[in-house]
Amino acid sequence: MKQKESHWRAETLRQGASAAWPICLGYIPVGLALGVLAQQAGLSWWAVAMMSVLVFAGSAQFICVAMITTSASVPAIIFTTLIVNLRHTLMSSALAIYLSGISRGFLAVFSYGITDESFAVNMSKFREGQWNRWQALTVNHVANTVWIVATITGTLVGQLVPKGAFGIDYALTGMFICLLVFQLHGRIYILTGLLAALISTVWYLLIPGDSYIVGASISAATVGYALKRHDRRDK
Amino acid sequence: MSFFDYLFLFMGMGLVTYLPRTLPLIYLAHKKLPQWLTDWLELIPVAILSALLAPGLFTDGSSRSLSLGKTEFIVAIPTLIFALKTRSLGGTVLVGMLLYWLAGLFI
Repeated sequence: MKQKESHWRAETLRQGASAAWPICLGYIPVGLALGVLAQQAGLSWWAVAMMSVLVFAGSAQFICVAMITTSASVPAIIFTTLIVNLRHTLMSSALAIYLSGISRGFLAVFSYGITDESFAVNMSKFREGQWNRWQALTVNHVANTVWIVATITGTLVGQLVPKGAFGIDYALTGMFICLLVFQLHGRIYILTGLLAALISTVWYLLIPGDSYIVGASISAATVGYALKRHDRRDK
Repeated sequence: MSFFDYLFLFMGMGLVTYLPRTLPLIYLAHKKLPQWLTDWLELIPVAILSALLAPGLFTDGSSRSLSLGKTEFIVAIPTLIFALKTRSLGGTVLVGMLLYWLAGLFI
């Protein structure tokens, strides 16, 4: 019985880690880059370590480093972080479909690791079925660990990595493209995706700041939902 | 900045990062979601991924203006085809990186 349990644990860890490796591939160059920039902005390795553990939000961390460089105030940096990370309320809500009834303690730990990348990987895995919360938690924490190590490493050895080497700047874009493909479950999904691309681009061009992500997602999903209802009524 | 300046800053940032990630999940996971909300939330992943991706492919980030035919966009086409054909996340990341690297060498 015990053996069975430990086998199950090892299997969960293995599957979680294997789902996380593409995320890690993307995080390593981005984390290194963040470490280099942070070091140039005067942050020591321990400050970067503290930031990656407490914040774990790539884009907010880049913005924080840039704002420290321009000597922005602490409240301004915290407020910007809030705005940039508001999009996660949508992801957190969407995950509730697959994590309903799970204990609040688990959810409190799990939600620490909700990033754009882990969200997209876990959502497609949950949808395929045969994915449980422990595998999802493993994805979050493997990605988090790699992120912390990569950012610290960046402060220490980052200068040695040549800029743009091996197309590392494209790792996250490539990942988002594939994750997007995983989400195309039918005509409505394709339309919603195209609409979100159009709205976000126009919004990005017209309105300063980062509101385009949340704004375009909500608008496109709402139109997609209206189309879905319309379709259903026709049948 | 001193140790405590950093600690204060990062704890503040951590809090405003954590709350939007945790509150909706903890609240909604213990409610019976109405069908319309489930239907709407099902469309959120595709919308959000597309919104994260598109401006980087069609606009210039530094001047924030429309920029058609960027290397990022041209490389995205074969990368997308590869993703559609193989449905391999790791493979797509590697192919995207390789093509982008090659494009940088030749363009």
